[in-house]
Amino acid sequence: MNTMYTTLIKDKLLELFETEQHNIRGNATPMVNRIRKHALTRFKTNGFPTTKKESWRFTDLTPLLNTEFAFDFRNQSKSTDIEKIFTCDVYDLDTYSHTLLNGWLIYKHAPLTRLADGTIVGSLAKAMEVYPDLVDRYLGKAAATEQHEMAALNTAFLQDGLFIFVPENTNVEKPVQLINIVNAEQPVFLQPRHLVIVGKNASITLVHCDHSLTHNISFTNTVLEVFAEEGARVEHYKMQNKGRNSALITHSFFHQKENSRVSSNIITLNGGFTKNIVEVTIDGTKCESDHYGLYLVDSNQHVDNQLNIDHRAPGSTSNQLYKGILDDEAKAVFSGKVMVRRHAQQTKAFQNNKNILLTDEAKANTQPHLEIYADDVKCSHGATVGQLDPNAMFYLRSRGLCERTARQMMMIAFAGEVVQKISIDALRARITNMVEKRLKGELSICEQCVLHCNSKEPTSFNIDLSKL
Amino acid sequence: MLSIKNLTVSIHGKQIIGGLNLEVKEGEVHAIMGPNGSGKSTLASVIAGRDMFDVDAGEITYMDQNIFDMAPETRAREGIFLGFQYPVEIPGVSIANFLRTAINEKRKYLGLEPMTGAEFLKMMEEKKKMVEIHSKLTNRSVNEGFSGGEKKKNEIFQMAMLEPRLAILDETDSGLDIDALKVVANGVNKLRRPDNATIIITHYQRLLDYIVPDFVHVLYDGRIIKSGDKKLALELESKGYDWVKKETKADTIP
Amino acid sequence: MADKNNQILEEVTGSDYKYGFYTDIEMDQAPPGLTEETIRFISAKKNEPQFMLDFRLRAFQHWQTLEEPKWAHVDYPPIKYQDLIYYSAPRKQPKYDSIDEVDPELLETFEKLGIPLDEQKMLAGVAVDAVMDSVSVGSTFKKTLAEHGVIFCSFSEALQKHPELIKKYMGTVVPHTDNFFAALNSAVFSDGSFAYIPKGVRCPLELSTYFRINAANTGQFERTLIVAEEGSYVSYMEGCTAPIRDENQLHAAIVEIIAHKNAEVKYSTVQNWWPGDKQGKGGVYNFVTKRGICEGENAKISWTQVETGSAITWKYPSLILKGDNTTGEFYSVAVTNNKQQADTGTKMIHLGKNTKSTIISKGISGGKSNNSYRGLVKTTRNAANARNFSQCDSLLLGDQCGAHTFPYLDVGNRSSIVEHEATTSKISEDQLFYCLQRGIDMEGAIGLIVNGYAKEVLSKLPMEFAVEAQKLLSISLEGSVG
Repeated sequence: MNTMYTTLIKDKLLELFETEQHNIRGNATPMVNRIRKHALTRFKTNGFPTTKKESWRFTDLTPLLNTEFAFDFRNQSKSTDIEKIFTCDVYDLDTYSHTLLNGWLIYKHAPLTRLADGTIVGSLAKAMEVYPDLVDRYLGKAAATEQHEMAALNTAFLQDGLFIFVPENTNVEKPVQLINIVNAEQPVFLQPRHLVIVGKNASITLVHCDHSLTHNISFTNTVLEVFAEEGARVEHYKMQNKGRNSALITHSFFHQKENSRVSSNIITLNGGFTKNIVEVTIDGTKCESDHYGLYLVDSNQHVDNQLNIDHRAPGSTSNQLYKGILDDEAKAVFSGKVMVRRHAQQTKAFQNNKNILLTDEAKANTQPHLEIYADDVKCSHGATVGQLDPNAMFYLRSRGLCERTARQMMMIAFAGEVVQKISIDALRARITNMVEKRLKGELSICEQCVLHCNSKEPTSFNIDLSKL
Repeated sequence: MLSIKNLTVSIHGKQIIGGLNLEVKEGEVHAIMGPNGSGKSTLASVIAGRDMFDVDAGEITYMDQNIFDMAPETRAREGIFLGFQYPVEIPGVSIANFLRTAINEKRKYLGLEPMTGAEFLKMMEEKKKMVEIHSKLTNRSVNEGFSGGEKKKNEIFQMAMLEPRLAILDETDSGLDIDALKVVANGVNKLRRPDNATIIITHYQRLLDYIVPDFVHVLYDGRIIKSGDKKLALELESKGYDWVKKETKADTIP
Repeated sequence: MADKNNQILEEVTGSDYKYGFYTDIEMDQAPPGLTEETIRFISAKKNEPQFMLDFRLRAFQHWQTLEEPKWAHVDYPPIKYQDLIYYSAPRKQPKYDSIDEVDPELLETFEKLGIPLDEQKMLAGVAVDAVMDSVSVGSTFKKTLAEHGVIFCSFSEALQKHPELIKKYMGTVVPHTDNFFAALNSAVFSDGSFAYIPKGVRCPLELSTYFRINAANTGQFERTLIVAEEGSYVSYMEGCTAPIRDENQLHAAIVEIIAHKNAEVKYSTVQNWWPGDKQGKGGVYNFVTKRGICEGENAKISWTQVETGSAITWKYPSLILKGDNTTGEFYSVAVTNNKQQADTGTKMIHLGKNTKSTIISKGISGGKSNNSYRGLVKTTRNAANARNFSQCDSLLLGDQCGAHTFPYLDVGNRSSIVEHEATTSKISEDQLFYCLQRGIDMEGAIGLIVNGYAKEVLSKLPMEFAVEAQKLLSISLEGSVG
């Protein structure tokens, strides 16, 4: 491991923090700037995570940092007409759509809108000006910058991202979609920050898509904080379809109060380097927390999913199910942790990670860990790494299916267990379709395009490259 | 032998048994019948000493002792046996080892020498024959992987081994086919002696074709609303519980 | 019932340590501290060949560059390595022609331990190599073993009589560079056992060694080496106890097993070192490196361990499945009580084709203890068709203890199948009540249920060990019973 790059970029970031101070601080509240400063001190001390750290043991950031990155601390994307370069038209998926271009929220009319039901959606940068009290009350309260170096870095430099506030007893009718697009001529280093506050007994569905539009090197380090107040319902979907040269680190911090229900679903279809960190704090009784993931990786992609669920209150249930299919020289890491604290009696926690390796060059590391300090609990976990069940394969073939079809059928069924958890019909249909194509080899090996431009299905992303 | 007076029991503040009275004398067989949720199993559990229930009022004496002063294992050693409705599985503990421990604990309590291995094996063979159990069952772990019928037969076998004074059989007939039912009933009949007593808790009259009770009680809403002899069971079978319910309602309205 | 349980656990954990007595034998000790001089002293004292001294010195040099590992889920005050005594032998030189010559007080110690140095045990077919504070004091059955060509003796004796075997195999499975404690042991180990089973021989006796830490402030650093030649079989039993002392005692042992083609080695441990008192004072730090290699094809090694003692256990009996079609097994019961801490498990490294491994681990925690399973299963690219199945269950006997499961699965080829399952639960109220209803009291019920829970592992132990292990489980959890 060469630490030179990390030192170089660390120094550069520390320097930028000083020289770009004015831009970075922007209109952030004094409280946010205090949090920022604190996070920077942490970053200064801890630096980038290294493979010496348990949770980064199999995921080495260093080679990714060996690039002369450009930073954009002033919003240069504001006026872009996003529809000219990218439209997501998942068939039948009716959403409140927002787009982040190179880390900045772009908008046609106003940076912040208030929906008919009172929900506020829009730019975090603007929210810090308009709703400073709300932002101050929540921002940084869930993102643990002590344990997560990259979250500390994000916090130090946070400027913009999606802000959502759902008032009490409000059910946001349509899903809110966030499309995170990276489109730059040079290597960029982006750190979007999202804040979602879901009031008592309110509910919301979030669909979060990550895309690259070019093959340029990019490094995205996002932090999402979600606060589910008493009785709140939050569904979070993350679709990752990034370019081979992109590095994506995402943090999702969920803070759950009594009776709240959170589900997350991370589907990684493509990406050069992806690390998803999901951190759940169950801070009230009778919560439910379900976390699903599917990763289909090939060539030399690397995907690392790290989940920590911290049961701090009694009587809650958590579920983890992550599944992956690894082809070529791909590498997948899963590290899950369930912590049940002394007072969190009557906790039920389940954790499962299943992997299928298609080649001898692919590699899977999985560490499902349980740390339990309460006795009246039901906790179990399991992990498997293997191949498609030869008995089932034989069964299918004995019914006349060719090996290729049988194999695809089995893989689709394997992935289906996660996809079926998606509750939005249109999105599930869409993702089912993409997963099937991906597993049939129609989606991935297309080196010319990071997206599936060869698709003629109505449910595809349309990109007009000439407009880029 | 057993005397229950004005027993009132609740769980989490919800009353299940309200003012129940019952007298059981040596040599008697009592059948307690009643619809689901009438408090039958609760009554059995309270007599055996399960502490998940709150006894709010009333008393139970067994052999002239206040039963609430006795730990569950003391009640067992004093001769109370509960045949569980859902016998729990205890993986890795063989029935033989389990029973030998139980018998020797009881003997110790009664001031007797522990049973030797040979004596124990001999007794096991005898009792197995008596309750028509095939030999392999006793080498297996307690109830682990047993079918419903095997679990119930195992309860009768344990009853035979422990030789209780008061046996309470909680829905021992549920889920049994007719052959298993006969095995269970024969076992109970063979174990019947002038100095012991049996309480049979059941849903159906069927079992009472094979074990003839001296008394039949109808338990409804936590109280015994009607008592009679074996004819009551037949009447219940043909007319259903609604008949007694109506009758009691008519009774209670002067 | 919860309160009742707690009360029972209180009583149970109040159980006295049965093996806490101290043998008053004059000691022949090295002065405290660890320097090159200490090592030369040990080596000279034992009249070792030059290669052994060189090995020790290399290990010592390496050890000085290392830091004590901190990754395990255990917590203890820093060990002052310079305050320890690294050599301690009974002064009377242990060269006996017959057992009668052994110090009667020492024999009495063994008697209390129930170490089978007598005729009865001979009928039971046990050969004993008793180790007290690192020096072997007596061996029986050498004749029977010699007839079969089996070498079973103390490590020191082997160094004198079979230096070529020691030189060939020592440090090949656990190199002195392996870890902090292995380096320390390699530098200062005082004695241990050596077993060599020649080609095609099925060892006629169960080999057995008892370890015991006696002197205050001594580290026990023994070293066991077992070599099973092609087509041979041996079952090896190791039992450990230590007397009660206020201070902590360090035990850093190494066990190396080499199984050649078609050979099979069964290694069973019943570990009952002094766990410290209820407040967590005293007790043995058990930091042990155990590793076997299935060198040739079809070889098989199995570890079975019942761990009830030690204040801290840091132990991962591991296997390297190098030959094709080799098999590795790990069966473990770890009981922690009071303030004991255990971080134990295994590593299964699959290198050969069609290699198989099975891991069954049962953790039982009571009192304020912490019990962690930590295990690695790794299959390399060449380990085609490797199979692993792991089942790691935890049982909690109170609401003050912790049970943790840290598996690491590392799979590097497509034809491997690696499966891990684990559950954590508390002792079932329904099971307890069922036992009570049959007249068995709470302590008896806990004992029965725990023994049943661990049965899958206990059944892998040789008969005479299984009985002892069951008793130990009961003692460590039940108190007065037994």
